[in-house]
Amino acid sequence: MARAKSRDEEGVSGSSVSPRLTMPGPAFRPGDRPDFSEVDTFAPGACRRPQVNEPAESMSELATGLVRVLDDEGRASGPWDPHLDAPTLRAGLRAMMLTREFDRQMMIDQRQSKASFYMQCTGEEAIACAFHSALRPGDMNFPTYRQQGLLVAAGYPLELMMSQVYSNETDPLRGRQMPVFYSAREYGFFSISGNLATQFVQGVGWAMACALRGESSIAASWIGDGATSETDFFSALVMASTYRAPVILNVVNNQWAISTSESVARGLAPTFAARGRGFGIASLRVDGNDYLAVHGAAAWAAERARTNGGPTLIEWVTYRAAAHSSSDDPSGYRPGDEAAAWPFGDPIERLTRHLLRTGGANEADVEALREEVVRDVRAAQVEAQSHGTLKQGPAPSPREIFEDVFKEMPESLASQEREAGY
Amino acid sequence: MVQAIRDAHAVMMERDESVVVFGEDVGYFGGVFRCTQGLQQRFGENRCFDTPITESGIVGAAVGMAAYGLRPCVEIQFADYMYPAYDQIVSEAARLRYRSAGDFTAPLTIRMPVGGGIFGGQTHSQSPEALFTHVAGLTTVMPSNPYDAKGLLISAIEDDDPVIFLEPKRLYNGPFDGRHDTGLMPWSRHELSDVPEGYYHVPLGSAAIRRPGSDVTVIAYGTMVHVALAAVHDTGVDAEVIDLRTLIPLDLTTIIDSVSKTGRCIVVHEATLTSGFGAELTALVQQHAFYHLAAPIERVTGYDTPYPHSHEWSYFPGPERIAKALIRVMQA
Repeated sequence: MARAKSRDEEGVSGSSVSPRLTMPGPAFRPGDRPDFSEVDTFAPGACRRPQVNEPAESMSELATGLVRVLDDEGRASGPWDPHLDAPTLRAGLRAMMLTREFDRQMMIDQRQSKASFYMQCTGEEAIACAFHSALRPGDMNFPTYRQQGLLVAAGYPLELMMSQVYSNETDPLRGRQMPVFYSAREYGFFSISGNLATQFVQGVGWAMACALRGESSIAASWIGDGATSETDFFSALVMASTYRAPVILNVVNNQWAISTSESVARGLAPTFAARGRGFGIASLRVDGNDYLAVHGAAAWAAERARTNGGPTLIEWVTYRAAAHSSSDDPSGYRPGDEAAAWPFGDPIERLTRHLLRTGGANEADVEALREEVVRDVRAAQVEAQSHGTLKQGPAPSPREIFEDVFKEMPESLASQEREAGY
Repeated sequence: MVQAIRDAHAVMMERDESVVVFGEDVGYFGGVFRCTQGLQQRFGENRCFDTPITESGIVGAAVGMAAYGLRPCVEIQFADYMYPAYDQIVSEAARLRYRSAGDFTAPLTIRMPVGGGIFGGQTHSQSPEALFTHVAGLTTVMPSNPYDAKGLLISAIEDDDPVIFLEPKRLYNGPFDGRHDTGLMPWSRHELSDVPEGYYHVPLGSAAIRRPGSDVTVIAYGTMVHVALAAVHDTGVDAEVIDLRTLIPLDLTTIIDSVSKTGRCIVVHEATLTSGFGAELTALVQQHAFYHLAAPIERVTGYDTPYPHSHEWSYFPGPERIAKALIRVMQA
């Protein structure tokens, strides 16, 4: 996306044509002034919207384009505009604001040792929140650790998310999983692994099961730019392509895999979306900071999957505005003002601008929303903390260590539990 | 035994429409060892189908299907090809129930042929059972005969957690006892080749005593059960031969009862020695039957090398090596 530097660009010395390796890296490092003026931002309306049943090869240009609806002034235009009504858009804005406020509070709590770890999705809220709004009950997401917006938008109780983060006595995962590795079947949210990319092919399997059972439910797999270099990414594309599974294969390109630039995983490919073309999979590249574009593209891919059109690979172009995790400090590897220079702005600000411009909301509405999400998060926090935090208050019993390894505990494990004496 | 495995699939596919079968060459052709022959013709392409050559894709998709509510029974063409799927097996299938606190489960069966004896060299001969028994959340099964193969595979498919089902490929067509230079004995002349029609099951976690005896306990599984019986026959030692049938969960009671009676113990497996499942068995026997032991516990196993192609029969822990161990243990 941001044009990455590589040693290739430093010029070939003399007339030598002997092979030498490319070592991709980011366009900017600490101390550089981030300048994205060379990035092609594609105007809204620049990309056509094919019929959902068109063959993938007829739309190959979309893998290197960029689907956008909102321009910088908050105007919506072009064929991908989903024409959502004002209450729907306000609900979307609320979900994004709630996700961001939730993240903000959990990071503070992590710093106060109420949790061992935390991961924010700052700047990427539109992708999960708008995507959720394009799904139906019964569809299943196979998320990474940065799609908490799916749960928030689905109305999953915030206090249960917090209890999971705190590993307290009401933690639905009973203290077994690191913070943010939620699981919520009833909310269409598959258990998060932490081993990267494994879920990508599992989502294809779920989608295959839906189709084998003759249901119109679909699955959505999620992966980050960095993990697309894992084998399971390609296994998923192969399986989805072979069986034309009703699955949406989401690549969230937030430019950074911890400290490693997206160009390292992408290599010689022009975009991540272009990876899908060789598999005959419909492939879109979409402005992930544009709530309307995300909804429009997700709804298109979902309808394609539901009507036997097969899989769609979507690269969501965004920027990871916060650190990788609570254990990470990005100042060591990228300019501190890079997020501010990012040419696609902030998803919450962009949707707010659109609502204000179109009369879908006024300043007072937005301010009320801001206060409301702070109140909601605070109330959930009080409730969750009444059930304990990582090191204080009620906690799951250590007997939980031994449960759920198997449906029936084998004698070998039962004897270990007896020995532990919990 | 191939027919018994095929039959187990058919019985379960008939009983439970959530059972789906897939893998490389598994559909139209019926598998390179023919264990799924006829299933696609009988149950259709939606129940039994071919996959691309992607072990991580096969098992990864099976995990997703199992989480959804199907009961996939997938084939890895040779256990030696399992490694690309190992992350899906270890990090995903085995832990899904635990990490989601039962929100999602992975009731899938992963079949794979194991063991040498077909001149398969290092890539068609391995016995990786210890790579599974070491993983919390996996059930590991290895039958030694057609009756058990069918009954255990039915139990595996019915189990609500992931089961690794290891099929000794040298037993597919007869009860191989390690005497590679004599003619192949067909299963039809073996008492455990009498496989009932229809549904029955052999419970997971239950060993079988193949030969009662009073002087030494030989613990084996898979092909090595037959090899051990041959060695016992050759030496005339009154050995009790235990066929574990399932490694995890382990039938420790049968083992300890036997060793407490005999006071001697030999563990036999085809897999390499160091950190093999025999090490676990040896540790358990000394822990639970130490005061009954009259001799050190011996292990007769494959050597700690890759499986060597043309040296196969110099490598294989055949009846002669087991016989020597039996004599050593009896003289101790």
